Amino acid sequence: MTELEAGRAQALLPVRSGAALQRYRDVLIALIAFAVLASLPMFTGSEALLDFVIRCSAYGLFATSLNLLVGYTGLTSFGHGMFFGLGAYSFGLIMQKLGVPIPVAFVATLAITAVIAAVIGAICVRLKDIYFAFVTLAFQMLIHSTILSWASFTGGDQGLRGGIPRPVFLGIDLANHVHLYVASCALLILGLLAMRQIAQSPFGYTLRMIRDNAARASFLGIDVWRAKLTVFVLAALFASMGGMVMALFVSGAYPEFAYWTISGEGIFINMLGGVSTFLGPMVGTVLLLLLNDTVTRFTEYHGIVLGVVILFFALGLRKGLLDFVAEWYTHRRDAGEGR
Amino acid sequence: MLEIRNLAKSFGGVKATNDVSLDFPDGSLTAVIGPNGAGKSTFFNLITGALKPDSGQVLLDGVDLAGRSPPEIVRHGIGRAFQVASIFKSLTVQETMLAAVSADQRSSAVLHKRFPLPETRDRAEHVMELLSLASKRHRTAATLSHGDQKLLDIALALVLEPKVLLLDEPTAGMGPEERWRMIDKVRELWETQKITVVFIEHDMDIVFKIAPKIVVLCYGRILATGTPDEIRSNSAVIDAYLGTEHAGAAA
Repeated sequence: MTELEAGRAQALLPVRSGAALQRYRDVLIALIAFAVLASLPMFTGSEALLDFVIRCSAYGLFATSLNLLVGYTGLTSFGHGMFFGLGAYSFGLIMQKLGVPIPVAFVATLAITAVIAAVIGAICVRLKDIYFAFVTLAFQMLIHSTILSWASFTGGDQGLRGGIPRPVFLGIDLANHVHLYVASCALLILGLLAMRQIAQSPFGYTLRMIRDNAARASFLGIDVWRAKLTVFVLAALFASMGGMVMALFVSGAYPEFAYWTISGEGIFINMLGGVSTFLGPMVGTVLLLLLNDTVTRFTEYHGIVLGVVILFFALGLRKGLLDFVAEWYTHRRDAGEGR
Repeated sequence: MLEIRNLAKSFGGVKATNDVSLDFPDGSLTAVIGPNGAGKSTFFNLITGALKPDSGQVLLDGVDLAGRSPPEIVRHGIGRAFQVASIFKSLTVQETMLAAVSADQRSSAVLHKRFPLPETRDRAEHVMELLSLASKRHRTAATLSHGDQKLLDIALALVLEPKVLLLDEPTAGMGPEERWRMIDKVRELWETQKITVVFIEHDMDIVFKIAPKIVVLCYGRILATGTPDEIRSNSAVIDAYLGTEHAGAAA
């Protein structure tokens, strides 16, 4: 072995085991997080706290999936909420009309979402920047008005009423509050783990290349359109999962779930938490829901307070909370190394 | 062998590339020169698929690539670097190289494995060493110096192991010393990698020093082709482009 080759092998070794280690680390963190969340009902009788975590699961899945588009690919979708609504409505309708087991409805909803997202995505991802944002918003409004006007099927502006049947499967009774809570946590953790895998896969790096410089990516032989469409559909699946958690939680589905304000909240969450780290949107979700819950208790003008907070993040920090923390950490580490 | 046959492209009434036919034999090193607006970059854009030619052929080993998409043309073996370094600003040098190899090995859509894939390492490592970027592997591309960004751009093209490498002004925006370092690198790459290299260059000293063959473009047409000596003494080139200084130096 020449000196050069020896040096190369040395340089390679830590990286090689690094990728595998990273994966184990992620799974370990996920297991610990799940254990902590799942044991919460043993320590507290507070239903409000469990409800809060269930809502965090629904919004967290949705917001993190939006970050796959906004943060990782540079596709700013203003209509991502349509898949949240689509998930809630598909799941609710399948359960109400067909009475199939919950896992079947779950998978069927994902399949429906995938097909619709592929059709809408095929049209949208050809467009760039503001045009992409507008057209996704237009599709969101299309789905929302379809829900409103197809009242015989969707219940129109009243939403899906009469409750979503939640038959017991595999010993899991989602009508039971604690069971629903643990199932939501499990979906959240599994969803986050899957999205983390996507973000750290070779495909995840393809997305980063497209975000940074799509033209150059195509000169490396990457089919940019196909990669964008793929991530559009993948992100829709996780948003749909969030919608299903929401439908299970409220035992229904309402037109607001498919309204553009859901997409807006997704963008807010990403701005609050930050888009440069994987968990930024999760932090943003907790922040936004906390703000929502506390502020509405004190004033009816909670929109103004929220707006001020978001302005603080956008104009003051110029980044989300976790972006800020991550940057501060890197800065400190570099300073520690004496650079 | 890269053969260009009757390549033409107009923008409105302007013929940016006008009936250009050229041969680039395997392993050749060719400089493309010409005044501003001569159609040099357009010529590269037509070959690499960034622009679709109005007519003509781009034959690589007999396969016509004219009018195909950039990813297809890259996969056939024509790589390019850009006049303004075209890189991925938030990725580190090493990530950039590994991701590029992934793209070339058609694993850029793999979801179930972690980045980077083990089989991408050797090639990435090899090219980083070739272009002296290995010591800067963990630097984010945006923080590199201008010269290193240009090297990274070339590394991106080179790591795909192209048959033909097109370099659009590899020395653009560099100081005199840095220019020579860069062009020595280009020459070294050409000698060691045994690939066909075509580069656009404005600095005549550099062109005449290192290019065995020179193509002069003017108003989208080929004004002259030949060795440095032939070009230096070509009266049409002197009139259009060189002026008398270089002709005097040759005499």
